[in-house]
Amino acid sequence: MAVLDDGAWQAIRLTLELASLTTVLLLIIATPLAWWLSQTRSKWRAPIGALVTLPLVLPPTVLGFYLLVLMGPQGPLGQLTLALGWGTLSFTFTGLLIGSIVFSLPFAVQPIQHAFEAIGPRPLEAAATLRASPLDAFFTVALPLARPGLLTASILSFAHTVGEFGVVLMIGGNIPGQTRVVSTQIYGHVEAMEYAQAHWLAGGMVAFSFVILLSLSLLRRSGGGFMR
Amino acid sequence: MKPHASAPAVSILFAGLFLCAPLHAADLSVAVAANFTAPMQKIAEVFEKDTGHKLVLSFGSTGKFYAQIKNGAPFEVLFAADDETPARLEREGDGVAGTRFTYAIGKLVLWSKQAGLVDDQGEVLRKGRFERIALADPRLAPYGAAAMQTLNKLGLADSLASKFVQGENIGQTYQFVATQNAPLGFVALSQVYADGRVTEGSAWIVPGELYEPIRQDVLVLAKGKDNAAAAALMDYMKGDTARDIIRSYGYAL
Repeated sequence: MAVLDDGAWQAIRLTLELASLTTVLLLIIATPLAWWLSQTRSKWRAPIGALVTLPLVLPPTVLGFYLLVLMGPQGPLGQLTLALGWGTLSFTFTGLLIGSIVFSLPFAVQPIQHAFEAIGPRPLEAAATLRASPLDAFFTVALPLARPGLLTASILSFAHTVGEFGVVLMIGGNIPGQTRVVSTQIYGHVEAMEYAQAHWLAGGMVAFSFVILLSLSLLRRSGGGFMR
Repeated sequence: MKPHASAPAVSILFAGLFLCAPLHAADLSVAVAANFTAPMQKIAEVFEKDTGHKLVLSFGSTGKFYAQIKNGAPFEVLFAADDETPARLEREGDGVAGTRFTYAIGKLVLWSKQAGLVDDQGEVLRKGRFERIALADPRLAPYGAAAMQTLNKLGLADSLASKFVQGENIGQTYQFVATQNAPLGFVALSQVYADGRVTEGSAWIVPGELYEPIRQDVLVLAKGKDNAAAAALMDYMKGDTARDIIRSYGYAL
């Protein structure tokens, strides 16, 4: 009995690809952003912090709709990509990647920011007295100390991207191998009343998410919180 | 005022009031396919004025309604986007036998927001000078299935397949074209039609012989069996007032 058909495997592969790339890119974007938010006394700290958190509270339909409008030929992003000769990003893997990064941004920034804040000024001051440059101190002191936060951020970004649905539905266009991920595949099965196929994928999703959250909580316990 | 009104008379009066109340002001919970949103709102308005019953409308996809009805949703009437789902519900004992009929026949249109992009013969499909074409998922939406039948009849389904972007329902498909993320797409005529013409952009109303008629059926569900408002609504849908409204949105009947 073939439990999962080719379409399902293709969707699983695409989902894992999307989640991995999103996680890597988010770590690159979120780490400096979280560092800045944790250190700055700028008046921009609060508004930028709020902006970063926005995707956490906005319904995916709002994000998806605005992304669709932004990426469209009339939208600023669409006009930019058209001028660069890339075409529009909606209904492409790249477009989905951008959507996922926006969607999961708070899940990456917040754990890293908390980890940086938990370090406190002491270790960095000590590094400075040892004549470490700020950049040096960041890479040799702050980043290693914030490792549990980075780990939490990675796991949450990955899991949250796997669970992403509304945004994908709205900017994806359901193209096999390009934008048809597991969550939209399940949705299609349910809507088409193919409940058996839906159950296998949906059950797998529940098991996957449980394992992720379980490992996160075990990791936290063994790590002894953010400060070791 | 009569001080000696007898007790039995008063109780009969009250009993009458209570009996009449559900007849005159019954609430009816109605599930409506998304493509029929605008006409249904208009029909509800005049229906409520004419009969005193009140309609509580929920709009969504027929497939989702099916799953919800099978799992105990409190809907009393279903206006589906197809004829299969109501037939299936009736067969499975979730509907009232004999109440099902076709309330509208949907028409398919190839539409672009851009003026002049779609010609009135649909030649634009053969030229293929576009990057994407939107249609509803043929598995999920009758308008998507109709679009696929059209492309198959024209012999273009394979050559255009790589340009497909699919909306999960016809509302989302419309959104893709309306925001111009897709330059053109197959949508429901009712979405772009008012007062006897296509309201903006360019369009090709697909000839009926290219696809199976999109019959949209209505069914009284088991929960609406004893609700007088359900029977009243079924009668009303067959009347001229409702039919004129339905036609004005580009449906056939």
